Amino acid sequence: MAFGAFQSNASTAAQPSGALVTQRKSPIALLLLLPGVLYLILFFLTPLLSLVLTSFQAPVPGGFAGDYETAFQWQNYTVVLETYWPHISRSFVYALLATVFALMIGYPIAYVIGVKLREYPLWQALALVLVIAPFFISFLLRTIAWKQIFADEGILMSALKGLQVIPPDAYFTGTPAAVIFGLTYNFIPFMTLPIYTSLEKLDLRYLEAGGDLYAHPATVFWKITIPLSLPGILSGTLLTFIPAAGDYINASRDFLGSTDTQMIGNVIEANFLILQNFPAAAALSLLLMAAILVLVTAYVKRSGTDELL
Amino acid sequence: MRGFGKYALYVYAVITFSFLLIPIAYTVGFSFNDARRTNIIWRGFTFENWVTVCDAPNVCEALGNSILVAVVATALATTLGTMIAIALVRYRFRFRSATTLLLFLPMATPEVVLGAGLAAQFLTAGVEKGLVTVILAHTMFCVSFVVVTVRARVATLDPALEEAGRDLYASPAQVFWRITFPLLIPGIVAAALLSFALSFDDFIITNFNAGAAMTFPRYIYTAAARGIPAQANVIASAVFFFAIALVLMSQVGGALRRRKLART
Amino acid sequence: MLEASAPVRGFADAGADLSLVNVSKRFPGFTAVDDLSLEIPAGSFFALLGPSGCGKTTTLRLVAGLEEPTAGSILIGGKDVTLAKSHQRPVNTVFQSYALFPHMSIMENVAFGLRRRRIDNADTLAREALDLVELAHLAHRKPSQLSGGQQQRVALARAVVNRPALLLLDEPLGALDLKLRRQMQLELKEIQSEVGLTFLHVTHDQEEAMTMADTVAVMNQGRIEQMGAPVELYELPKTAFVATFLGQSNLFTGKVGNSTSDTMTISAAGVGITVPLSRAHVHRGTVTVGIRPEKVALHRHKPADGNRTVLGPGRVLDASFSGVSTQYLVAVPGYADVTVFSQNTSESDSARNGDEVYVSWSPDHAFGLSDHPVGDSGKFAADTDTGSLAVAERERLEAELEES
Repeated sequence: MAFGAFQSNASTAAQPSGALVTQRKSPIALLLLLPGVLYLILFFLTPLLSLVLTSFQAPVPGGFAGDYETAFQWQNYTVVLETYWPHISRSFVYALLATVFALMIGYPIAYVIGVKLREYPLWQALALVLVIAPFFISFLLRTIAWKQIFADEGILMSALKGLQVIPPDAYFTGTPAAVIFGLTYNFIPFMTLPIYTSLEKLDLRYLEAGGDLYAHPATVFWKITIPLSLPGILSGTLLTFIPAAGDYINASRDFLGSTDTQMIGNVIEANFLILQNFPAAAALSLLLMAAILVLVTAYVKRSGTDELL
Repeated sequence: MRGFGKYALYVYAVITFSFLLIPIAYTVGFSFNDARRTNIIWRGFTFENWVTVCDAPNVCEALGNSILVAVVATALATTLGTMIAIALVRYRFRFRSATTLLLFLPMATPEVVLGAGLAAQFLTAGVEKGLVTVILAHTMFCVSFVVVTVRARVATLDPALEEAGRDLYASPAQVFWRITFPLLIPGIVAAALLSFALSFDDFIITNFNAGAAMTFPRYIYTAAARGIPAQANVIASAVFFFAIALVLMSQVGGALRRRKLART
Repeated sequence: MLEASAPVRGFADAGADLSLVNVSKRFPGFTAVDDLSLEIPAGSFFALLGPSGCGKTTTLRLVAGLEEPTAGSILIGGKDVTLAKSHQRPVNTVFQSYALFPHMSIMENVAFGLRRRRIDNADTLAREALDLVELAHLAHRKPSQLSGGQQQRVALARAVVNRPALLLLDEPLGALDLKLRRQMQLELKEIQSEVGLTFLHVTHDQEEAMTMADTVAVMNQGRIEQMGAPVELYELPKTAFVATFLGQSNLFTGKVGNSTSDTMTISAAGVGITVPLSRAHVHRGTVTVGIRPEKVALHRHKPADGNRTVLGPGRVLDASFSGVSTQYLVAVPGYADVTVFSQNTSESDSARNGDEVYVSWSPDHAFGLSDHPVGDSGKFAADTDTGSLAVAERERLEAELEES
C-alpha cells in the first residue's frame, strides 16, 4: 500500500488522450518542497545522526549515570552485540514467524474480498471495514484483551483444562507462542490490505485464459494469481516484518510476554528510559535499522521489484 | 461434497473476521463491567462506567491531550505533506530520488529507532520533553503517510484539466485554487484522517518523547501493570464506535453510489 | 449571435490569422516539430492532418501556449505571441478528452473563461452558448452526468463563448460514434461560418479533414508535406507520403524516356506510363508516378483506345465486394500489384479471382511525385504508435538521468 504508491515515479504523465505531458520545471517546486523536506531533515535525519553520535559516546569518568561525553567508543557495538545477541535473533525469528502466519491468514481474506466479493460492492465495503476495525481500538487494549483472555485463571484456559485438552499446569501467556500470536494478530490488517489492493486490480480474464489453456485451478493459482499479486505480497510482508521486528509491546512482561521473551525493542526501551544507557540503546537501534535495511534490500532485489524506490 | 469447496473460502472468512473482532468485543464488553480497581474479572453488567467516565484519575486528561496532539500534528503534517505531493507529481526537479528516499525511510524505520533518535536529539539540544515534543514527533512520521496518500490522488488528476484552465485565461494561482485544489480535497481529507488515526494511537514514539505528559495510549501502558480502569475501556469503545460509524458511512455510501451508477 | 461585451483583452470580433514562422520544438531525444512555417488566413477552417506522432498535436499546443517553441515565432493577428503564456493568448482549445471540470456544473464550466476575464453578464453569455449547442436545459448538471456527445458539445460551447481569435480543436470527434461524428462535423462547420472564427482542427481522420476544412496541411515527422485545398491534395499529391496517406495510390517508379512539350513518359518493363508535365514535379531522371485506384478501369479484353495507358495481361489476386464498389488487386508482371476500385454499375467489367484482366487509365489522371516511396515495409504496416512511444520512453529515461 504505502510502498506501492511510490512505484510509479515517471517523470512524464500520460494523459487519457495518449499525448505525453512533461512536467514543468519551476521554482515553485522548491517552494512546495522546502518546508516539508527541511522538517524531515531536522526531525528525522538529524535524530538519526544524533543516534550515530550517541552510539559512540563513552561515560563521563566519575560522572553520574546518564552522563556521557562525545567519544569514539566503538566497543559499544561489540558489547551490545555480545550481551543482547539472543534478543536480536529472537526478534527476527518472532517477526519472521509472525509475518509468515499473517501471510497465510491474510492472503485468503484478501482473496475473498478482492476477487470473490467484486460483484457485491456493499459486502466488499463491509468486509473491508471489518478488516480495519481492529485499528480503531488502541493496540495496547487489544493486546491486553488477549492477555486477559489467555490468563491462567481465565475462562478459556480453565475450560480447556477442565476438558483435559491441555495439562493442568499449562500456561499460554508469557510464552514465545503468545508473543508470536499477538504479533500475528496485530499485523493481519497490515498484510491483508496491500494484498487486497493488488488482487482488486487483478484482471480475472487472466485466470480464465489459464483455464482455457488447460491449467488446473491450483496451477492457475500458483502460476498466475500469486505472481500477479506479488507487489501486494511484497508490500504486505514489508509492512508487517519491519514494525514487528521492532515491536516491544507484545513481548513485554505486562502484556503477552515474560522476561524470557524480551525482544530488541524491549531492550532498547529499557536501556534508554530506565538504565539511561544511551549509547547502548543507540547502538542497538542502529544495528536493528541496519539489519532491517540489509534484509529488505536483499528481499526486494530477489523479488525483482526495484521499483520500490 | 462438491458444493462445500465453493463455500470453504467464505466459511474461512467468517471465522477469521470473528477472530479479528474478539479483542474488540472483549474491550467493549468489559467497559460495562462492574469493576473495582482492576478490570480483569467479570462482576456484573453496569452503565456506571459510561456515566462516570472521567472519574478515574487522569483518563480524560490523557484523552484530551491525545486529541490535541493529533489535531495539531495532523494540521501540520497535512499541509507539509500535500505541498510535497503536489511538487513530486507535477514538477521536475533535481534530487528527486533523494527526496523520495527521505520520505520513504521514516515508514521503513522501526518506531523504537525513531523514538529513541528523537529523544536523543531533544536530550542533546536540551529541549524539555512534553506535549510539544510529542507533537513535533508525530508530525514527522505522519508527513510520509500524507505524501503517499495525496500523491496517489494527485496522480489521478487529469493534467488536461489544468491545461484547460490555463487555456481559459486562468492565471497559475487561479488554476491551483479553482481547479487543482478542489479536486484534491478527497485525497487531502483521507490523508488527514489517516494522520489523525496514526497520531492518536501512537505509543512507542510518544513514550520516548513525552516526558511527563500523558496521552491516552501512554496512560493505558502505565496502567497496564496495576490494572486498567474500566473508564479507559469506555473511552476506547466510544472512539471505536465513532470511527466505525464514520468509515461505514463513507464506505457504504460509496458502494451504494457505485451500485446506482452500475445500474443506470 | 454571440457578442463579447467590452472584452478585457480586446479580442477581435472576428477570427484572426495565424502565422507560424520557422517554428521548431525539440524534446531530448527527438524533434516533434521541425522548422515549420504556416499561414492560416482569418475566418478559415484549417485542418492539420497526419498519423499519430507526426507532430500535429505538438503544433497545436505550441499555438495554444501550452508548450514553448525551441525556435521560431508565432503570430496571431499580426501580434507576436511567442512569449505569451496560455492565459494571455486570444486562443481557446477544445481538448481531445474534453477536460471538463468535474467539480463544476456545465454552466460554470462554460462561464469559466468569461469570469476569469471579468466579463459582465457572463451568465447570460454562457447560457447563449449552451443554447447554441442545445444543452441549456441541462445547465446545472455535472459533466459526469452527460453522455460523450453532450460533453463534447459543452467543451465546444466553453471554448466558443470566449469568442477567441483562434479556436483549436484537438481531435475532438475521436470518441464519438459514426452517426454522432457526422452530426458534429456539420454543426462545427455551421458554427464556424456563423460566428466567423478561425478554426484549426487537428485530426488523423482524413475523411473528416477533407469534408470540413477549407485548407488541409498533411504533416509527417514534424514537417508539413503538402498544404492546400482538399481536392488539390487528393488529385495532385506532391509526395509519396501524401499519395498513400490520403486515400490510396498505385505508384510506379521508372526513368524518364520520351518527353513531348506537354507530357513525359517513364518506361517500366517495356510499357510507357505517360504523365502531363503540368501534373509532375520532376521531369528528368528517375521519377515516381501514380494513379488513384478509382481512376483505373478493369477490362476482360485488351482495350483498343490508344489514348489510354494500358497494363496487362494480369491476374486477379483478390476481389472484395463492398456494396458501392468492388476492390480488385491485380498482379501485373513487371510491376507491383495494382489496386482498382471499380464502381458496381452494369457498364464496367467484373472479374473473379484468377481471371485474366487488363487495367487502363487516362494519362490526364496520373500525377508525378517529387520523391520516391520508402522501401517495402512488409505485410504489417509500420506502427508509428509504438515507435513514438519508444522514443518518448527514451526521452523519459534521459530526463530522469538528467535530474538525478
